[in-house]
Amino acid sequence: MNFINFLDKIADGELLNIKANRKESFGHMKNIGKQAALASIPFAFAATSNKTKAATMSSAFASAMASPIEILNFALTLEYLEKEFYQIGMDTNGLITGDDRDVFGLILKHEDEHVKFLLTALGENAIEKPQFDFTAGGAFNTFGDYQTFLLLSQGFEDTGVRAYKGQAGALIDNNALLEYALQIHSIEARHASKVRRMRMEKGWITGNGDESSPIAAVYAGEANTIQGGVDLNAALPQYSNSSITEAFDEPLTMDEVNAIAGLFIV
Amino acid sequence: MKKPVIKVEVNRGNENASSRRSFLKLGGLAVVGSSLMLYSCQPEEDEIFSLDAKAKGVNNKKVFNLGKGDRAILNYAYILEQLEAAFYSNVVNGNSLSFDSMDGDYEIFYDIYQHELIHRDFFELVLDSLFGPGQVAPNLEFDFSSVNFQDRDTVLTFSQILEDTGVQAYNGAGKLLSNATYLLLAGKIVSVEARHASAIRDLIGETTGDTDNFADEDITVDLALGNQVFPEAFDDAVAPGDILERVAGTGFLKTRIIANNVPTE
Repeated sequence: MNFINFLDKIADGELLNIKANRKESFGHMKNIGKQAALASIPFAFAATSNKTKAATMSSAFASAMASPIEILNFALTLEYLEKEFYQIGMDTNGLITGDDRDVFGLILKHEDEHVKFLLTALGENAIEKPQFDFTAGGAFNTFGDYQTFLLLSQGFEDTGVRAYKGQAGALIDNNALLEYALQIHSIEARHASKVRRMRMEKGWITGNGDESSPIAAVYAGEANTIQGGVDLNAALPQYSNSSITEAFDEPLTMDEVNAIAGLFIV
Repeated sequence: MKKPVIKVEVNRGNENASSRRSFLKLGGLAVVGSSLMLYSCQPEEDEIFSLDAKAKGVNNKKVFNLGKGDRAILNYAYILEQLEAAFYSNVVNGNSLSFDSMDGDYEIFYDIYQHELIHRDFFELVLDSLFGPGQVAPNLEFDFSSVNFQDRDTVLTFSQILEDTGVQAYNGAGKLLSNATYLLLAGKIVSVEARHASAIRDLIGETTGDTDNFADEDITVDLALGNQVFPEAFDDAVAPGDILERVAGTGFLKTRIIANNVPTE
């Protein structure tokens, strides 16, 4: 199958709007499998000259690949995790009180809709909900200590932001899915900012965060200052390193996210 | 090849009234509404505007054409970042804010101010390295005389609009980029804008008692798949033409922006 034709076939509308078409498209995608996406993105501008999606995609063949189904299931896993985490939190007597119930009630509602949305998008290709252990084998007193709950909430939200960001490039030739993913991505960032502020932290991530924190792994690589091949510390010396790192959120790869989420999956 | 364009015209000095009504002119921008969006089959057509009479006295710093393709989207982002940076430059004065601040205000506004300046300067660096003279947006002229920077509620309200608009703009621009490196860079910035929006909205929520303001239903939208609706759990994604109309509506931007060839799909 001609690859460009394939891309045309999964363009807007055809992919997700009609159930029959959706199944058919995903069937095609299964066959195309890992050829259909790119997971890692080069930082330098040099290699990416004059756009054309064909050129972009050809570089994808050399990289680790994730198909749209794999990406949606990856997102679904994270949304399952967040939804169940907040559901148990809200259902645990005395854990979340006062105005904070409004906050986590709203976040729970969002995560619940994200799960339903992804389940519908995936149809029969959706994975089952994993079994979660939010204590990570007893390491966290997650639902017995509110500060621990808040800490993990922050970790899950910031991981979610990094996870969606890491897959955007793989969806570059699927306008509908890319836009949906972006519309979830920024909501997760709103959540993250709110929960961080509830913990008396800044809403944005400075450097690699607190490297002695139990959730330090979530922030590995956030101290990056090289954007688009330019070291902003050197190019824009009038700004502090802290501000430069705060001004850009960094992606995580699928493997890096799975390693974090895996701590909470039985 | 189908090549959609947003038709934008520059206001002409000696145009008659009826043709002047044919385009929407707000503030320093002249933008034809999305209802008049044109679809052209000439991919090489770069501009469908002309400058004359009145416009002859206008130098290049007063009129800028965003261009086409990824360059148009990057210029568009650069313009939005210039707007944000200019706005917060009026809010943060050295070690104080333009209004009587409450506890915690300064740290938040100072940080956001720095982030927006960095975004602006970053886009300038990137665009200058990629494109030649005349292809990169100039330093734009702004007029914030309609904003009372001494009033906290006013500043918070405009900040919220700017940050929410930034989120919606990047979300809407993502699919218009064809270069994955640029898409990732936009992704790195949009979540920071969303963090800003959440924090600013939280400050407003603290004064109004709206605990959920950080992601309330006044900003979230539904998504639909077929006949199934997933309500109020997503940020919006808004096309450049619509965002530019909103920006024009503020009257803040004095430089005219030509957006006739910005990608729409």
